[in-house]
Amino acid sequence: MLKRLSTAPYLLWSFLLIVVPLVMVLGYSLIRTGPGGPEFSLNGFIKFTDPLYLKVLGLSVWIALQSTVLCLVIGYPLAMIMSGLKPSAQRTTMTMIVLPMWMNFLLRTYAWIPILGRNGLLNGLLATIGIPPLNLLFNEGAVLLGMVYNFLPFMVLPIFTVLIRMDRSVIEAAQDLGANRLHVFWRVTLPLSLPGVVSGVMMVFMPAVSTFVISDLLGGSQVNLVGNLIKDQFLSVYDWNFGASISVVLMALILVSMWILGKTDKNGSGVSFF
Amino acid sequence: MIQVNHLVKVFGEDRVVDDISFHVDSREFMTILGPSGCGKTTTLRMIGGFETPTQGDILFEGKSIIQVPPYERPVNTIFQRYALFTHLNIFENIAFGLRIKKTDENEIKRRVARMLELVNLTGFEKRAVSSLSGGQQQRIAIARALVNEPKVLLLDEPLGALDLKLRKEMQLELKYMQQDLGITFIYVTHDQEEALTMSNRIIVMNHGRIQQTGTPQDIYNEPANAFVADFIGESNLIPGVMKEDYWVEFAGRTFPCLDAGFSQNESVDVVIRPEDIDLVAPGEGLLHGVVDSALFKGVHYEMVVLVDGREWLVHSTDLAPEDSEVGLRITPDDIHIMKKSAAPVHEGAPFKEAGEAAVHA
Repeated sequence: MLKRLSTAPYLLWSFLLIVVPLVMVLGYSLIRTGPGGPEFSLNGFIKFTDPLYLKVLGLSVWIALQSTVLCLVIGYPLAMIMSGLKPSAQRTTMTMIVLPMWMNFLLRTYAWIPILGRNGLLNGLLATIGIPPLNLLFNEGAVLLGMVYNFLPFMVLPIFTVLIRMDRSVIEAAQDLGANRLHVFWRVTLPLSLPGVVSGVMMVFMPAVSTFVISDLLGGSQVNLVGNLIKDQFLSVYDWNFGASISVVLMALILVSMWILGKTDKNGSGVSFF
Repeated sequence: MIQVNHLVKVFGEDRVVDDISFHVDSREFMTILGPSGCGKTTTLRMIGGFETPTQGDILFEGKSIIQVPPYERPVNTIFQRYALFTHLNIFENIAFGLRIKKTDENEIKRRVARMLELVNLTGFEKRAVSSLSGGQQQRIAIARALVNEPKVLLLDEPLGALDLKLRKEMQLELKYMQQDLGITFIYVTHDQEEALTMSNRIIVMNHGRIQQTGTPQDIYNEPANAFVADFIGESNLIPGVMKEDYWVEFAGRTFPCLDAGFSQNESVDVVIRPEDIDLVAPGEGLLHGVVDSALFKGVHYEMVVLVDGREWLVHSTDLAPEDSEVGLRITPDDIHIMKKSAAPVHEGAPFKEAGEAAVHA
């Protein structure tokens, strides 16, 4: 009884902050203010099937996928190198990776503007060796950079955690059975670290596909992602019905991709949500 | 087949393996026996290629292998905690080594099936590792190593995690397998009974050094020093003095014995196995005392007899009840004399250690 009572505040909290907003978003996506007051409508969803908007969604998924792959390609070797270090060195590198996260997200993203800008740091350096200024800012590349920069720790940490917990004797057993370093990696280390990869991919893809701050700051008006679209509907256009509809579509998309990823993690090593 | 020469391994300040040399013959079952931390596992890991020796050499069929990486050594290892691949099913676990050697698929199927038959787990091909019991996992680990037809199999306390009954079964199975397949086994254990049961020869190690090498009978009957006597089975370890050849004094009396070659009045350690002491009527025998405790152990009774304040451990199928007076008869061939070891024998409480050894067993 006491146990049930003690969980009540948390249940209430979750209900108020998770369930209620979700229901509200779902509600707004299905109800719009008509001439005669609130009415049920699928208009928001229908409007989203316009190729103009689908292209925005497509671009968002594409950039998010690219940044996830980049994070994986950079993050896996990094996690592997870290897992091979002495514990003291592991702590140092870990701090270095987490350190930027102590800074405000907006601020550390904004910091890329003076670096990449037309009269920025990088172009200044290039000028000294006689290369004319490049357009480094306000394009997809800049947005991609911003995503990889911001989300890389989310890829490194789960992979690193899986790697350091891996039983050394399994790797020794593989070597004992004739596996050289390449064999050990492809046949043992990588498959056994997949749960870490799966949660890393989820933790990068989800914020990447829905961000609007990074595309706002580093993409300027050139890169319009689905996150920007939603933000505009709520804050500029005041079409809450349409904004909520896009949100629901995005949520569904994320849920489906998580489900697919969860399927690949057969052993259910704790990262699957289903 | 394997020759180990002056092998040394230093971890930090610690000489874990301290200048050991031994050889293992082809088809031999060699056991390295010792308490935990004696350097036996490190020795095995150096043979397997997982540790680099600080000094010394390991020869395989006459050629040094210390520069050879583990994946190219002609040995396979059974790890203490099996180290099976949890992401692969049983078939793929066993096939692992063959796949790396790019063996033909039909050949893989044939050999894996044969191995599963050998370890009595036919039909387990598609099972997940996690669905197997400890004993079954152990068998798969053995099959996974043996399928590669190694010339030497290294086993690092392979039965340590199994319960007593299963351990006894697996001891026999391993021994049969070793004889059947004609593979050289180097077996590491802290269990003296396991070592005595299975081995052709035993190396007893302590503090990184070899204390004695010999057949199980040698080690049990003629321990080289107090440590070996104490570690191998339970024993009565009594300080004594060699009066002259074939005469030793201990427990306040002089006994005839079979040992000679000590200097006159040399201090020695005397080992008498508890099962070698005969209980006789009080007054008979050379010693007499009072039974302090008697425990039923199944096959025999384990009695502690107090003789002039010293505890004597006696195993007998006859029960002498507590507080009864008994005589102890010790015949010359029951008395084993050893040179005083450099390490001090635990004066005053020699039987406590023996009791601990019994717990390990």
